[in-house]
Amino acid sequence: MREPTIFELSSPGRKGVTFPASDVPTSELPKDMLREDLPLPELAEVDVVRHYTHLSHYNYSVDEGFYPLGSCTMKYNPKINEDTCRLPGFIHSHPLQPVETVQGNLALMFEMQEWLKEISGFSGVTLVPAAGAHGEFTGVLIMAAYHRARGDFKRNKMLIPDAAHGTNPASAGMLGMEIITIPSDANGNVDLDELRAACDDTIVGMMLTNPNTLGLFDEHILEVVRLVRDNGGLMYADGANLNALLGIVRPGDLGFDVMHFNLHKTFAVPHGGGGPGSGPVGVSERLMEFLPCPMVGIVEEATEDTPPLYGFVEPKQSIGRMKSFHGHFGAIVRTYTYISMHGPEGLKEISQYAVLNANYLQARLRHAYKVPYDRICMHEFVMEGRFEGSDIRALDISKRLMDFGFHPPTNYFPLIVHEALMIEPTETESKQNCDAFADALLKIAEESKTDPEVIKTAPHNTPFGRMDEVKAARELILCCWLPDQELD
Amino acid sequence: MTYIPHSSAERDEMLETIGVKTLDDLFKDIPAEHRFPKLDLPSALSEMEAGELLAELASYNETNKEMASFLGAGMYNHYVPSVVDHILRRGEFYTAYTPYQPEISQGTLQAIFEYQSLMTSLTGMELSNASHYDGATATAEAVNMAYAISRGKRTKVVLSPGVHPHYRETVKTYVQMQDIQVTGDDVSNKMDMSLESLVDQVDDSTALVVVQYPDFFGNLLDYTDLITKVHAKGALVCVVANPTALGLFKTPGEMGADIVVGEGQPLGLPLWFGGPSLGFFTTLKKHVHKMAGRLVGETVDSRGEKGYVLTLTAREQHIKRERATSNICSNQGLMALGSAVYLALVGKNGLKQVANLCYQKAHYAAAQFKKHGIRVVNDVPFFHEFVIELDEDVSEINEHLLHHGIIGGYDLSKDYPTLKNHMLVAFTEMNSKEQIDLFVETLAEEPHA
Repeated sequence: MREPTIFELSSPGRKGVTFPASDVPTSELPKDMLREDLPLPELAEVDVVRHYTHLSHYNYSVDEGFYPLGSCTMKYNPKINEDTCRLPGFIHSHPLQPVETVQGNLALMFEMQEWLKEISGFSGVTLVPAAGAHGEFTGVLIMAAYHRARGDFKRNKMLIPDAAHGTNPASAGMLGMEIITIPSDANGNVDLDELRAACDDTIVGMMLTNPNTLGLFDEHILEVVRLVRDNGGLMYADGANLNALLGIVRPGDLGFDVMHFNLHKTFAVPHGGGGPGSGPVGVSERLMEFLPCPMVGIVEEATEDTPPLYGFVEPKQSIGRMKSFHGHFGAIVRTYTYISMHGPEGLKEISQYAVLNANYLQARLRHAYKVPYDRICMHEFVMEGRFEGSDIRALDISKRLMDFGFHPPTNYFPLIVHEALMIEPTETESKQNCDAFADALLKIAEESKTDPEVIKTAPHNTPFGRMDEVKAARELILCCWLPDQELD
Repeated sequence: MTYIPHSSAERDEMLETIGVKTLDDLFKDIPAEHRFPKLDLPSALSEMEAGELLAELASYNETNKEMASFLGAGMYNHYVPSVVDHILRRGEFYTAYTPYQPEISQGTLQAIFEYQSLMTSLTGMELSNASHYDGATATAEAVNMAYAISRGKRTKVVLSPGVHPHYRETVKTYVQMQDIQVTGDDVSNKMDMSLESLVDQVDDSTALVVVQYPDFFGNLLDYTDLITKVHAKGALVCVVANPTALGLFKTPGEMGADIVVGEGQPLGLPLWFGGPSLGFFTTLKKHVHKMAGRLVGETVDSRGEKGYVLTLTAREQHIKRERATSNICSNQGLMALGSAVYLALVGKNGLKQVANLCYQKAHYAAAQFKKHGIRVVNDVPFFHEFVIELDEDVSEINEHLLHHGIIGGYDLSKDYPTLKNHMLVAFTEMNSKEQIDLFVETLAEEPHA
């Protein structure tokens, strides 16, 4: 069953690829600098192709089926995007070429900045951050820089709701900020009394996911924003859940100051088995000068006969460089393709149908599973993965779902719901797929009474069984055996 | 067009089940005055039209496909065997999420486990994580790790001026709000590139020294002695390494490095105008708990079969929140897969061959420059990149080169004010002798060279 590792498949002397012989006279290598051995595997091309093809069969993917992982927006990834992002003019351009030779890239990036501004209601957008968490870190640095530039050094508290993604406190924590957790109220909104009590002149601001991780749009959002801003704080929007808001509402219009986008969620850039992502950041007018460098701008205006010349510009009080070069350009091309094929109406439909699917699933499941905050949700919802009088847990239900051919929802998040199952169907799943998934969950609810063991010992139909995670963490085997380097 | 499969009849059935009349009824929680903004965006294109639009944009670029390119400075034009992208285009890999459910993610998990193994082999280190965003952010994470290892007691980081300028800038951005001082890379005065001057800056408050191998100017320096001296002062050493060079040359692991990071792009990944690529991060086993990023470990499943899982996740943000080692969630999964496929394919002999071709072409070019009276600045062994001094501003020369079908090298004066008229030039297996001859002759023929 198991596929051997590439080291196990290796056979001395095999070659997978050959390179042309050198066409220049030979220079001597510096003898004292050479390495003695290079313990890499030796395989033929066919070995490599079959190895990775075998491995691919062990993966579940969006191309295979329904992947309702909450807060991850596992929508269908259009194939055309994979073609456009690999156009030779894009893929072979070097990031440090003279700007005159990469006007196609720069025009695309400039327009992308403009489009994201329009979609979000912000005044400035940087495309540099490499992922959502990287965008968050960028955003928090910008918030801190803004306060410092005003000579306000006492602000060191970041307000974060208890339902927040773990990256929010981790990002603020990277800057040594004190995290103040704000509880949610009975309806899943930010508790306004608690927020009021936490607001003073030492807050940097608030990081808010809206819709939040319960999939609920805060019913008092304007009041939340007003409280924080009245106390001199800045509002950060975690854009992980933007798939609910395209053409529905613009975070900039609600009074948010910063937001990161997840191009790999909202704009169908594939997740790649854990990256690469892309996390552009939008900011309000007052934060524009702090954006990281480089930004793409027009360095010579268009004339009657010539198009504008695009180039790189540096904001005046920029927080600096967040990574090498200019961001995940490959992801930006995919997003550009995706937005241009949707247009304003298409974008709105994305969010409408994402929200329709989530509410439909919620409606079909709420009688069998407890939905702790039971109201119209946005693009996702959270229910409890447990049954009265049973010791079946959310994890068991998740594993059992695999037997029915589905990827499980997100488990145990948000932390404020017991045995949370967080379900995000996305707009690209049909009614039939939603029904099949709901049917499977209803069947499992039934099994919890008739045959609980089948759930607790699941999965049964997958290529592998449950993994011993304790053993993995205790033994820490992090590397294949290598001939000259056995780990202790 | 959209990718929404619903018919209007299905939509209406679903609305009825929910108990609302229209799609708009689902959005009553949104403040009415801000609900349903009109977005000023171009109207939707068909797939055919979008394909044409993107092809047109791509055609405005000039690349190393039409031109001879000698630009490196952190990203290099290497041959990518056909197999690599064929594997990356398998939907089973690229449309999967992070492998949180190991029973149905063994493909991704084993591929990352093998990637980790390949990177430890290459760098001569004991363990590798599942990758960072790029070389610059991997370097910044090394700084954070060294600071954490000293339990915040050592607050100084010495960055060699020979570390890539973008990496140094990124480190400074990352630590600007922390109690960490960055020294060593003042490039405004005449640069002293000797290793002694770096060692002199190390004191008992120094957490980490960062050097690059080969350095930004292409120099291949043996850091064994420097590392011994830095260790004697209780600090750690991070080596930023070029992975192609490691196919031929002594590993930083052999020199005694504590952390080896770098840009993975040379390992089978496209230039792609700068990304995505990956940052590799390798270190010693004793630092595993302070290391950021994802890790895959081997274990067994309930059926007794060997398998793999994400491990030591307790270090990560979704468990530890503000006390996490880093806020990082994603690695560069697909790019790590690409690099692993590349290394599996070129293997032991192929990587050596690529490294040797790079070395040979660069040294041929250096000899030709010297023959034509152009000064090669490097005075120690170099790998596939070196510095030439010209008589005129590099950006002007590069403009001239473009007219001859040549993308010239990197203008060092942008980052090193004392290196006016200095060009950093890179050579790989992709540069033919004819291209090199054309480059040298074009520069030599110019009155300004």
